[in-house]
Amino acid sequence: MARQGTTAADPAVRALELATAALEGDRRALARLLTAVENRTPVGEAALRTLYPKAGRAHLVGVTGAPGAGKSTLVAALIAELRTRGRSVGVVAVDPSSPITGGALLGDRVRMQSYASDPDVFIRSMASRGHAGGLASTSAAAAAVMDACGLDIVFLETVGTGQNEVEVAAAADTTVVLEAPEMGDEVQAIKAGLLEVADIVVVNKGDRPGAQRTASQLRAMLVAVARVGATRSAGATVPAGATAPPPVTDRPRPKQPEVLVTTATTGEGITELLASLDRHRAAKPTGTPSAARLARAAAQVWAILADRTRAALTTPERRAETEATLRAVAEHDLDPFTAVDHLLARLRE
Amino acid sequence: MTDRPIKVLIAKPGLDGHDRGAKVLARGLRDEGFEVVYTGLRQTPEMVSTAALQEDVDVVGLSILSGAHMTLVPRVVDLLRGNGLDDVLVVVGGIIPDDDATALRAAGVGAIFGPGTTIAEVAEYLRANAHPRD
Repeated sequence: MARQGTTAADPAVRALELATAALEGDRRALARLLTAVENRTPVGEAALRTLYPKAGRAHLVGVTGAPGAGKSTLVAALIAELRTRGRSVGVVAVDPSSPITGGALLGDRVRMQSYASDPDVFIRSMASRGHAGGLASTSAAAAAVMDACGLDIVFLETVGTGQNEVEVAAAADTTVVLEAPEMGDEVQAIKAGLLEVADIVVVNKGDRPGAQRTASQLRAMLVAVARVGATRSAGATVPAGATAPPPVTDRPRPKQPEVLVTTATTGEGITELLASLDRHRAAKPTGTPSAARLARAAAQVWAILADRTRAALTTPERRAETEATLRAVAEHDLDPFTAVDHLLARLRE
Repeated sequence: MTDRPIKVLIAKPGLDGHDRGAKVLARGLRDEGFEVVYTGLRQTPEMVSTAALQEDVDVVGLSILSGAHMTLVPRVVDLLRGNGLDDVLVVVGGIIPDDDATALRAAGVGAIFGPGTTIAEVAEYLRANAHPRD
């Protein structure tokens, strides 16, 4: 389907128009920019070049957890609390795209509809569009646009996740992992994956039986274990005669998440959660970028590098040769490592 | 970008609680490859218009079974146009008498889908008439 763009103007000009309007508070322009970013158009890329240097002030909060754990309801409850304090809020809410049709049902707004007339709340749904990991490939960029436009706190709500969708931790400054009561026994809490990236673990549906018990189990396993690990790594005693272990300062340490109980539908525990978010934000050392921000920068740069590499190898002049290489791998005439060596060599020509 | 999905807001303004049709259509359009934002029951025209603006949708589909379409639909259209959403296609689903349908079309509604409309028909109409942006 050939479609007409709204303007034939130079993308850089159009991007600057939209970015200028959005920075002045024009929500329509912000919405259009988010579309351009999401669709990875030239306008979106040009806008990001302008807006990225203005971002970095908002608190980016990732919210993740199993389907139905209450992510959207929790975000809605947090919005209510934040608005009483006069803080503006952006939300990027991701739901899955169908792997079969490419379609998606984006239903997160259902829980967040009380802010229609509030210009300081901006909610945007995104389909994951085939990207695995819990977010869409452009979610972090969308959050950066909201950040640049002056929203104080931006929530990145993932698709319903399982055990291993940890990408949100790199996209956010603070990662909140939601658990429902009775999610499993203590063994679930010591498995690697999602819980490891949590800065704050929230047991939602606190009015259900077992919520407090689930929270105690999580506290016991996450907090206590992290503390034991930390003591060891501080390198207490070395047995006589043994050589000192190598310094472990560079080794990633497990986080020591706070574990809270909320009932998002009533607002119970939301004040405490907000205080915890603020504490986590304040604990970041100033001056140097946090590990999360470095991870985010790396993820964005590597992703763009991969995109650009692929684009460079599929230009009309190179496409046939690239496809022949891929076919050779498919037919097992060539191993994938050698194939990549060939492709990279071609780029240097 | 020529192959990005068309984004549709399915909203139920007004007070009736009959959202089965809206949900079936939302699901059906999902299966037709659309990105569907579903906002749930009892939306005010302001909520619909804000959601359409923030989501930057190509189409707003209103499902109304309360009989209040002559009040609600023109109000939504006015708010959308007032927000600068001039090129958003508005369609209505429900039981709409012929005279009302004529009036609603005059007020800016692109199409009205009554009982018996298939999802394929809706999808085909939207593909032909929505104006996705860059």
